[in-house]
Amino acid sequence: MKKLWRWFGNNLIRVYAFLGFTYLFIPIAYTFAFSFNDAGKSNLTWRGFTFANWQNPCGAPDVCTALGNSIQVGLIATLFATLLGTLIAFALGRHSFKGRSSTNLLIFLPMATPEVVMGASLLAMFLSFKINPGFMTTVIAHTMFCISFVVVTVKARIASLDPRLEQAAMDLYANEFETFRRVTLPLVMPGIAAAALLAFSLSFDDFIITNFNSGTMMTFPKFVYVSSARGIPPQANVIGSMMFFIALAIVIAGQIVGRKKKHA
Amino acid sequence: MAFLHAAASHVKVGGLKKGRLPYLLLAPGLIFLFTFFILPIANLATTSTQTPVKGGDTGSYEQTWHFSNYITAFTENKEQFGRSFLYAFLTTILALAIAYPLAYAIAFKSGKYKNILLVLVVAPFFTSFLLRTIAWKQILGEEGPVVQTLRTLHIISPTTTLTASAFAVVSGMTYNFLPFMTLPLYSSLERIDPRTLEAAGDLYSNAFTTFRKVTFPLSMPGVVAGTLLTFIPAAGDYVNAAILGNPQTKMLGNVIDSKFFRVVDYPTAAALSFMLMFAILIMVSVYIRRAGTDELV
Repeated sequence: MKKLWRWFGNNLIRVYAFLGFTYLFIPIAYTFAFSFNDAGKSNLTWRGFTFANWQNPCGAPDVCTALGNSIQVGLIATLFATLLGTLIAFALGRHSFKGRSSTNLLIFLPMATPEVVMGASLLAMFLSFKINPGFMTTVIAHTMFCISFVVVTVKARIASLDPRLEQAAMDLYANEFETFRRVTLPLVMPGIAAAALLAFSLSFDDFIITNFNSGTMMTFPKFVYVSSARGIPPQANVIGSMMFFIALAIVIAGQIVGRKKKHA
Repeated sequence: MAFLHAAASHVKVGGLKKGRLPYLLLAPGLIFLFTFFILPIANLATTSTQTPVKGGDTGSYEQTWHFSNYITAFTENKEQFGRSFLYAFLTTILALAIAYPLAYAIAFKSGKYKNILLVLVVAPFFTSFLLRTIAWKQILGEEGPVVQTLRTLHIISPTTTLTASAFAVVSGMTYNFLPFMTLPLYSSLERIDPRTLEAAGDLYSNAFTTFRKVTFPLSMPGVVAGTLLTFIPAAGDYVNAAILGNPQTKMLGNVIDSKFFRVVDYPTAAALSFMLMFAILIMVSVYIRRAGTDELV
């Protein structure tokens, strides 16, 4: 008994972490399990195992249109936000200029503003300029709230670079553009990639701001929300699970590539 | 010659770094943020003082600088106001309590599995948060396994439910914001040099004192960042309350949403949004000052 207690004391934090991860993964496991439910229309109770939903993920009406819209919005918003955010991050991380603290504030504010406020204010402005909300307004809204996250991520990477690497390149007669292209940019690239991944996942998963600014256009989170009232089709679980495994694969592949580079 | 060229390029770099280049880099992004973040909020400020056009259609308002909109909006919704901040506060405390040991275990006890565990913390982000919230609703719901089991074991009465309650809303938010709390905690814990902890031990500090006097203070930046990243979205959230709550657990976000879309009462929605934003900004700045962290971004 005493031994058991000692083991428990020594491993308390591990037991705790295990419980924490279980908590994190219960709903994901549930979503995955119910993607195999032979559910018909309402996916509320378990009615038997089937592969049918995975064989026909677009089987439920509108689910793939919504998914397609989410992916398009996500890709375009990621492109813009990564570009604009990376430029700001370089200015903040590599240059001194007047107005730095107001720039920092302008980057911080969107992250400190509740989504419902951002969504409502942007929609109010679109409406007062008689712009109908739809695809473009959603892309604009997503780009807007992703920029700050890109800046923070890329800036952290730039700050962690050893400035001596760039000095060394210059000492070896690389001009400033070459130094940037062949030393700085490759070193910052993992940060930019991480920022783009973050921007895409923020955009893809956003509901509140999208709900305000997308008009009648469906996105995947909107589809889930709208159909939740009468039961979500199991195809939504299939798509949710697919996204989960794809993203997991990308992240793990990124880590393996990163490790190989470190060893090389 | 080449040496001269290199020297010249150094000078040029020095010049550029203080010259126009940073402004050129900043301009596109900042103009974008100004147009689609600052202007809408300024526009919202004017909307919040509008009144309905007399005899006009629903949803048509005119600018009358009617500031008492704020007082009406507040008195009509003070319950939801209080509830938003109470729930956000509870969520933040719970998330901190759950995430701290988790982050600690990953930073200090995970050995070679560190990277895998980190991926697992972020992994929930990869399934739609709505799907996860709805999964909770079904797990804890009437037909779900938890309620059935608890009822069979007579732990809860046959009429007690777990969903459609404040408990469910706060648990849902705690769940959803947990990774936002765990990641910054992990990154500040991970930066702690283990030798400082050993040093504390060498100076006869017991585990608890080491934690209280060394580990926790050193992890403060992570605590501040994590609590902010949890509290801010939690205070403005309405999805958890809409899915897991009942009419008595409505938060300010739910009111703003329904004023906008169902009642078409833009001025009240705008006034509420504005008050929510200011309340959060004031709390955040007081908190940051007390926590003594300046570098936010």
